[in-house]
Amino acid sequence: MSKKIVVPFGPQHPVLPEPIHLDLVLEDETVVDVVPSIGYIHRGLETLVAKREFTEYVYIAERTCGICSFIHGMTYCQGVEQIMDLEVPARAHYLRTIWSEYSRLHSHLLWLGLFADAMGFENLFMNSWRLREFVLDVLEETTGGRVIQGSCKVGGVRRDISNEKLSAMAADLKGFETELVDLSEVFLHDDSLKSRLVGVGTLSRTDAYDLGAAGPAARGSGVAIDLRKTGYAAYRELRFEPATESAGDCYARCAVRIRELFSSIDLIRQAVEKIPEGEIEVKVKGTPDGEYFSRSEQPRGELVHYLKGNGTKHLVRSRIRTPTLTNVPPLVKMLQGCELADVPVIVLSIDPCIGCMER
Amino acid sequence: MGYFEMAKTAIKTVMSKPATLMYPARPGKMTILSRGHVVIDVSRCISCGMCMKKCPAEALCVDKEAKTWTIDRLRCVVCNSCIEVCPVHCLTMEGHYSSAVLTHSGLETFTITYVKPERPKKSEPGEPAEA
Ligand code: SF4
Ligand code: SF4
Repeated sequence: MSKKIVVPFGPQHPVLPEPIHLDLVLEDETVVDVVPSIGYIHRGLETLVAKREFTEYVYIAERTCGICSFIHGMTYCQGVEQIMDLEVPARAHYLRTIWSEYSRLHSHLLWLGLFADAMGFENLFMNSWRLREFVLDVLEETTGGRVIQGSCKVGGVRRDISNEKLSAMAADLKGFETELVDLSEVFLHDDSLKSRLVGVGTLSRTDAYDLGAAGPAARGSGVAIDLRKTGYAAYRELRFEPATESAGDCYARCAVRIRELFSSIDLIRQAVEKIPEGEIEVKVKGTPDGEYFSRSEQPRGELVHYLKGNGTKHLVRSRIRTPTLTNVPPLVKMLQGCELADVPVIVLSIDPCIGCMER
Repeated sequence: MGYFEMAKTAIKTVMSKPATLMYPARPGKMTILSRGHVVIDVSRCISCGMCMKKCPAEALCVDKEAKTWTIDRLRCVVCNSCIEVCPVHCLTMEGHYSSAVLTHSGLETFTITYVKPERPKKSEPGEPAEA
């Protein structure tokens, strides 16, 4: 039995630009245990809820994360709307769904790029991000912002998309989809990628469930949890099945995300087809009094915004729980028993977003 | 067989034009909705302070006495909130980003030149109202 040594990973690490610190306990090259520590970039966004009006806090909720910003804003708005019993118009629900799915596309493509980069596959990284640019362009054309859309508000959405533009968007997805097929072929069938991914960082179904894995980390292990199935926004009227894989390794998590890319495209098409005419917002009267647990599916998993109001125009409490936080215990489990050289790939496979985890 | 999956894409990219723009030789992409920076029309601002109240980043300061409108370019998160609330629509969003700030604080102060138009004098009671 060899001696154990501790190797620090992060908070500054070339593979992960975000600060999370892992103490890797090694025996030779094998990781036997991991001690994670977080808290490097806490910004106190939750406290700001008491200092800004509830309608303005949307802007801050959106800035919790730089990638799934739209979904943060939407989840917050949903929470306030539920507290205040606001009936959001159907068109607003559909627009929110469309923007959410575009956000998912851009987030997953970003992740695929970073994932390829972590394995040293620069060409694939550039190509993923080149495709992502198409999605960002659509977001900028329709909302005005590439990553911070700012198009959601309490009671509806700020901007409408004309029906012609919507059909054009759906038509443009065709070329995008063809390129995406080429890209996914590489991720799923390239032997050098497979040798880095298959059987690496395995998380069993029971562990995923017990440790509270969320999003693709759970679905990659066969736990079919997808909050979109609860039918918030317009999802109750759209057909889709959560993508699941059973192997629970890095390859499975990658495959889940790739299948979600295609299901997002399909969801956008369905939404464009079904979107009703009508208003895009309702007037907000009064102030929120009560509490609500607003949940939604981010690209990384389940997002929870807990909101509490006391009848003034400032909410008294906001609590944001992002999927990365629940994915840390499963990550520790995945890392136990892996090789030191596989650590960056496994850490990336949960798609960590530390900025949003620490709010 | 799985070793040449990338070949098709790689060859295609070698043959096609670069995907990136040669910025700044060619201007960056911009749409009508793009949010770049906030611009004020000082001749129309009525110093009501609504924009200051509704700015989530606390980047604006409207001084009624000194007749100035100050924006902290480093604090502004370009959210469009001030533009939506301005009652006289004197704020607009420009598509291109603001240039690098020249002062340490990033403050830019504008002097408001709006002059309240004289109200027509109220007619004295008893006198016939002016036509
Ligand atoms: S754009 Fe937003 S952050 Fe910037 S000054 Fe206006 S309200 Fe403030
Ligand atoms: S910019 Fe508009 S909102 Fe701000 S003080 Fe002037 S008139 Fe009022």
